[in-house]
Amino acid sequence: MSSPAPRRRRLEVEDIGDVAVVNFVDKKILDEQNIQNIGDDLFRLVDELGRRKVLLNFGNVEFMSSAALGKLITLHRKLQSVQGKLVMCNIAKGIMEIFEITKLNKMFTIAADEPAGLQLF
Amino acid sequence: MSATHTAADVTIPSDLAEARRVQTQIEDALQACRYTEHDIFAIKLALEEALVNAVKHGNQMDAAKRVEIRYSVTPERFDIRITDEGPGFNPGDVPDPTAPENIERPCGRGLLLIRNFMTEVAYHGRGNVVTMSKVRNGSGA
Repeated sequence: MSSPAPRRRRLEVEDIGDVAVVNFVDKKILDEQNIQNIGDDLFRLVDELGRRKVLLNFGNVEFMSSAALGKLITLHRKLQSVQGKLVMCNIAKGIMEIFEITKLNKMFTIAADEPAGLQLF
Repeated sequence: MSATHTAADVTIPSDLAEARRVQTQIEDALQACRYTEHDIFAIKLALEEALVNAVKHGNQMDAAKRVEIRYSVTPERFDIRITDEGPGFNPGDVPDPTAPENIERPCGRGLLLIRNFMTEVAYHGRGNVVTMSKVRNGSGA
């Protein structure tokens, strides 16, 4: 095998003040490799780029399986360990149900939309 | 086969791309029967979780092992039976992922989601066979 295929961009990151606002490019967050790459990109924001306030905007995400939840939990923990904060917003009804069933809605800070999310930092 | 009743019996290798093709066929059948967006989300999620379990945890991605998928879609209900060639498992042995001591563990939520999003779920044999149903307008809808 030759060199790996170039990595596709999976996240769009916009700085609003000192908050990194992250939008997902994909409508579906599935597949182990895809989720691994999204996780790596999210963790890099904290570990390498030193971001401490992260707002994940799920506005574009229509579908997500349980495989992605582990990455969100790890991101939450990473930010907590450096006195940072993770907020999520614009979550579709079905995905919100996933958070409620797994009780992760109690762990995560969730806002209705991006302006409301920004207020929580 | 009428447009509102689809039934199929497919056997695929332990390959998630193959599983994805079956998922698309099922979604098309649900759309044809005018299932609600919420029911389609619920079934898609349960399917994704169950097929990943069969391919990854059951067959351990072994290309020589197969997954049998038998399903039926009618305007009233969706039924599916997924059989892998793995050693099976006891669902009772899976820790509750919502318990405080487990909440931060990165895995173990697939079965919980299946139980909540589907109307009926049962494991058979050594635990390598799962049957799931979604009854429209039924409980859990």
